[in-house]
Amino acid sequence: MNNLMKAFESRRVEREKTTLRNSKSNYRKNLNIDVPKGLYEKCPKCSETVNMKEMYDDAFICKHCGDHFKMRAIDRINITVDQGSFIEKGLGYITLNPLFNDGYDEKIKKYQEKTNLDEAYIYGYGRINGNPCVIGVMDSYFLMGSMGSVVGEKVTRSFEYAIYKKLPIIIFTASGGARMQEGIFSLMQMAKTSAGVLQHSDQGLLYISVLTHPTTGGVTASFASLGDITLAEPGALIGFAGPRVIEQTINQKLPEGFQRSEFLLAKGFVDKIVKRSDLKETLAKLLKFHRGY
Amino acid sequence: MNILEKERKVLELEKKIDELDNEVLINSLKEEMEKYKQNTMTNLNAWDRVLLARHQKRPTSSDFINYIFDDFIEFHGDRLYGDDASIIGGIGTINSQVVTVIAQQKGKNLDENLERNFAMPHPEGYRKSLRLMKQAEKFNRPIITFIDTPGAYPGLGAEERGQGEAIARNLLEMSGLTVPIIAVIIGEGGSGGALALGVANKVCMLENAIYSILSPEGYATILWKDATLASKAAEVMKLTSYDLEEYGIIDKIIKEPIGGAHFNNVATFKNTKKVILEELYELNKLTNIELRDTRIKKYRDIGFFQRFNYDNLGGLKR
Repeated sequence: MNNLMKAFESRRVEREKTTLRNSKSNYRKNLNIDVPKGLYEKCPKCSETVNMKEMYDDAFICKHCGDHFKMRAIDRINITVDQGSFIEKGLGYITLNPLFNDGYDEKIKKYQEKTNLDEAYIYGYGRINGNPCVIGVMDSYFLMGSMGSVVGEKVTRSFEYAIYKKLPIIIFTASGGARMQEGIFSLMQMAKTSAGVLQHSDQGLLYISVLTHPTTGGVTASFASLGDITLAEPGALIGFAGPRVIEQTINQKLPEGFQRSEFLLAKGFVDKIVKRSDLKETLAKLLKFHRGY
Repeated sequence: MNILEKERKVLELEKKIDELDNEVLINSLKEEMEKYKQNTMTNLNAWDRVLLARHQKRPTSSDFINYIFDDFIEFHGDRLYGDDASIIGGIGTINSQVVTVIAQQKGKNLDENLERNFAMPHPEGYRKSLRLMKQAEKFNRPIITFIDTPGAYPGLGAEERGQGEAIARNLLEMSGLTVPIIAVIIGEGGSGGALALGVANKVCMLENAIYSILSPEGYATILWKDATLASKAAEVMKLTSYDLEEYGIIDKIIKEPIGGAHFNNVATFKNTKKVILEELYELNKLTNIELRDTRIKKYRDIGFFQRFNYDNLGGLKR
């Protein structure tokens, strides 16, 4: 086995450890990104102190103001699927550097070490309250969850896997959009993933898209907006153009709450806003209603 | 010296020639001019092509449509919200075959550009195009799109009416259409706003057009925090027709006259018409299902990555 393979395998094992957590203390040991800096941290919205150790039990929601914190993909899977039921698929993809962008390889390597992910998207088979489905999650800690060739390929693969298994698919999106470093290849992933949605839909299967903070750019303009059912988390930023770009274009400040989930609900682009604590139950119910699709 | 400065020099020479009345001198100057053009304007770098793609005098979609199609009839409105002037659509005939034409329209001067919103469509523009494409599918006629946009419009109204959803819906529906689709990139192909008309069986591109994920200025701002490095960004981004053909993103390059399309509009239109007719002839041979499946496969195969085969690794089998 060469070094590259070893690296892939060790990251996978690390991820599996977090999924196969036996006790909460074991889980906390593995939280190495945003949590372990201190036992108590300030909530970015209400500035109240929150006990980070309790965050996992609270599904990463601030106890005081109900703000939904950003989440790692693996945490999302842990709180969504039945314990031990997740089997990761689509392993072994290697990100390349098609435009020979300076520093891109190092950046990818850095994020891989930091997050134990191969890329900004993981998917696999899982059960939610006993209902089998394919579940895919984007990780915004990995280069803003941006969609390059590998993410596009894996998203398309997850739809194909769902077609193969005749299962519904749930995708949690969290992305800054297409990955600039891969240029035109990233743009083409929008067409590729949309065609994946079409083929899955043609089989009469269910696709639930869950929009989480933040979902913008090329991901909003492709598979994220194409769900049979579109759910959103409260207060998530969802839009095509980023707020800064719009402000520069129209030369004025954006109104409060613009491009947030509640705004999209009012404008008719989201079926329902679901609190993170109710998300698992809602998804389980929806899957149950669509059993056989 | 960039292409615009060279062009100015050529125009000065032309003016000089017009003022002269000595035939020998005129001929020698003309020869000199041709030589100058041949020497300096044939081997362009990426930034030159960006400047040409955005050139004020570059022919717009309606110029192409007027030359290439007979009896073009324009249709308006998306039946949901309004009519977007930055996208024009309708039906016309080419070689007596009826086709649906959809195009992003830039203006020729400031007033026209304000009316056309600098060819930056709102969601209603994309929904209009989708309506016309569905119509084309119903009546089994090919679709030809002309792409020339800096990108989808990033504004308040556009976001309120679901810019992202409109583009996504176009991508999905275009993948599944059962009629031939030919996309021609004639100027700027900017980001998702261009791709929303660009999911096609055959993507053709004028020699000096560009097609990219965002503008070189935006790329330089995001990656190097300096918009003045745009010309360097253009070089890195691989946005020219030749680079994209090499990568297999586009299928065919349409030749332009030396110095850019605006030096000889009619020659450009002729080349474009020829390529469209050739591609149409090939696509007309395919059945409806083949058209759809080859289009989906074409985009399915685009991507730049490698993969381990986990299945062949014994212990690592997943």
